Amino acid sequence: MVLKAQVWGTGRAGAGGIRFADSPAETAAAASELLSTTIHGSPVDLLLVEERIQFEREYYVGLVVDDQQRRPVLLLSTEGGSGIEQRAVTRPETMTRLAVSIRREPAVPELASALHRTEIPSGLQEGLARTLLSIYQVARRSEARIAEINPLACTNEGKWIALDCRILIDDYAVFRHPELGIDIAREFGHPPTELERIAWTVEKDDYRGTYYFVELADNPGTGTRIGFHGAGGGGSLASLDAAQRAGLQPANYTDTSGNPPASKVYRAARIILSQPGIRGYFLSGSGVASQEQFHMARALVKAFREDRPGVPAVLRLGGNGEEEAARIIRDYCSDLPAPVEAYSKAYQAEACAARLKELIDRSTADGLGFHAVVAPERPPVAPKLYAFETRTGRITYDHAVCVSCETKACVTNCAPGILSLEGDLPVLNITREDARRGKCIECLACEVECWFQGKGAASIELPIAGLDEYRKKVRSEK
Amino acid sequence: MSIIIDETKRVLVQGITGREGSSRTRLMLEYGTQVAGGCTPGRAGQRVHGLPVFDSVRQAKDELGPVDISAIFVPAPNAKAAALEAIEAGIPLLALIADRVPLYDVLELVEVADEAGVKFIGPNTVGVMSPERAVLGMMGGTAETARSWFCRGSVGIASRSGGLSASAAYYLSQSGIGVSTIVHVGGDAVLGMTLPEVALQFEQDSETRCLVVIGEIGTSQEEQVAGLIDEGRISKPVVAYIGGRMAESGTRYSHAGAIVEGGRGGYQGKVECLRYSGARVVENFSDIPAMVRTLVDAGYASGAGRL
Repeated sequence: MVLKAQVWGTGRAGAGGIRFADSPAETAAAASELLSTTIHGSPVDLLLVEERIQFEREYYVGLVVDDQQRRPVLLLSTEGGSGIEQRAVTRPETMTRLAVSIRREPAVPELASALHRTEIPSGLQEGLARTLLSIYQVARRSEARIAEINPLACTNEGKWIALDCRILIDDYAVFRHPELGIDIAREFGHPPTELERIAWTVEKDDYRGTYYFVELADNPGTGTRIGFHGAGGGGSLASLDAAQRAGLQPANYTDTSGNPPASKVYRAARIILSQPGIRGYFLSGSGVASQEQFHMARALVKAFREDRPGVPAVLRLGGNGEEEAARIIRDYCSDLPAPVEAYSKAYQAEACAARLKELIDRSTADGLGFHAVVAPERPPVAPKLYAFETRTGRITYDHAVCVSCETKACVTNCAPGILSLEGDLPVLNITREDARRGKCIECLACEVECWFQGKGAASIELPIAGLDEYRKKVRSEK
Repeated sequence: MSIIIDETKRVLVQGITGREGSSRTRLMLEYGTQVAGGCTPGRAGQRVHGLPVFDSVRQAKDELGPVDISAIFVPAPNAKAAALEAIEAGIPLLALIADRVPLYDVLELVEVADEAGVKFIGPNTVGVMSPERAVLGMMGGTAETARSWFCRGSVGIASRSGGLSASAAYYLSQSGIGVSTIVHVGGDAVLGMTLPEVALQFEQDSETRCLVVIGEIGTSQEEQVAGLIDEGRISKPVVAYIGGRMAESGTRYSHAGAIVEGGRGGYQGKVECLRYSGARVVENFSDIPAMVRTLVDAGYASGAGRL
């Protein structure tokens, strides 16, 4: 028998992920051994057990989407098996490449004629051509970025057998392929962690903006562990590099981009803050964003005020509305246990990362407290609640408190203008159904501004499925 | 001169009645772009910012006369159909703004566009801007901020990141160095126009005297730019920055193109290729203006001229 550890990534043979066994007892022993190992940082929890086939030669057949030719390219190697990537580089002559059309399926004779130029015995060429066509069809049907059979074996009887295969589906096409049963449309490079699953529930059904969360491998000794929050793909990657150069070791990579609602940014921040052992929080994107930065600022204020992290934060909120964003952070975070600083586009990512390092080195905190929410003081009157649903949460105003409010900051700061005063009290000027379906853009201004300019009568619940349980577990492990 | 967009180009907006389409049409108009009109199926007869709306690209072209560029603000699932409609109607250049367009849709567009002799920018692009002249797409946010952030000059920016392209242009402008055109090619793995193609256009552009290339891990675009420099097909000085040095291999980051697999598209390989070709690669993004300044002070490669 052959036992193969089913792990994410290639190069298993070199990592000890493939075993051979000659009897049921040996198979069982090899299986339990493999199941107790870790390959590429992931514990092995799934094995492929298959018959050991006698064959003369291992082939490799695959399809990749080539960014330079901007075509799918069929690949065939007469030297398949482990280490194919290296051989493709060191001995390119062993690899036959054939760019094909995405609109016109290649015909078997066309594929076979491409094989005439190779040293492959002519008796095998048609079988290989048919396999190439199959891999094209599989890739086309499932919208794969990469589909490969490795190794592909030809038995002594001339039968072709796919001994193992690997397929990567385009994240952006997963929505068209429910039949594939992919629960998280993200290529993490590892099986999703608990926190990544929680993050995915936030992103899954909310198409407003894009939210990425991936936990990064922990490399002790390479820097001070921090939570990382990027805004905008390229700016996020550059900021990640700037953080690491400054001696910071991001525990995660988060990107909230494409003008997401504040509710999504808030949830992203709380998920970052749930990572145990982080000693700082770094938010940085391109620094010259066209999106209004004050929405993001309010999201962070809500997250930071609810979690009250005991570690410093540097928030680079540069671009449109940066003055207002800076004011919000300055005025609404000054009483938190650790410093929270906002920076405009006048400060580059490198300077901001260095500033966070400095703040961390100065602070004595070690990790997060997950403190409880400290509710604003409110008059001792019986509540009179006015509530409505939003796309992903619920907003409540305590009208018993609103009566004594002079600023009505909830109404004046409502970005979409869906609140009006009825007498002296804030109410929706649209239907509840419209609010729930997205007319309330969840900018969080009514709540955050009410805390400071009003009487603390507003509260917005934005649940994150599974987060409380996760935090409890993390705390008890500590 | 500049490349791709200037005040003489006539632009059509597909999806003009949508939230993004409408607000970015306003940005384009106010910044000086000639937006001729727009289309959204079933909305003929409406007006957006005073512009006529048509049901189809064909109808818009019949009424408006020649159109140079279509800016497509149609969400990802329908972006392919919208682009095919524009190609069919004979518009020579498209900009696909949508994020998350499925890869196989882009591959199909590439084939159809190539056969029709049509070029497209994107997908997942914030667009193109020639400062103080015109903008295509959504770069700059509002006309007011765009005017205060970006100055016209002689540096061409080609970038795989929208945010960083605006950021580079801003910091260059702050250092007193203006920009001819900013091109965001898009963050995806397969694109219409790629960094090397844009670099070749800058090479031909008389106003551009220096190139800033903002790359990142994944794809082979930066290696191709290095190849063009090696072959002498790009002779203007190139300053390059590559993002994603610290990113882990095998994990796809938030740009669909940013992934290192099987040793391809890694940070080190890109930097070495570019350095070997003679490009100046900066380690820190914030070092770009100083490096360009050094080239400027050295009089670029070919003598004096306006910055």
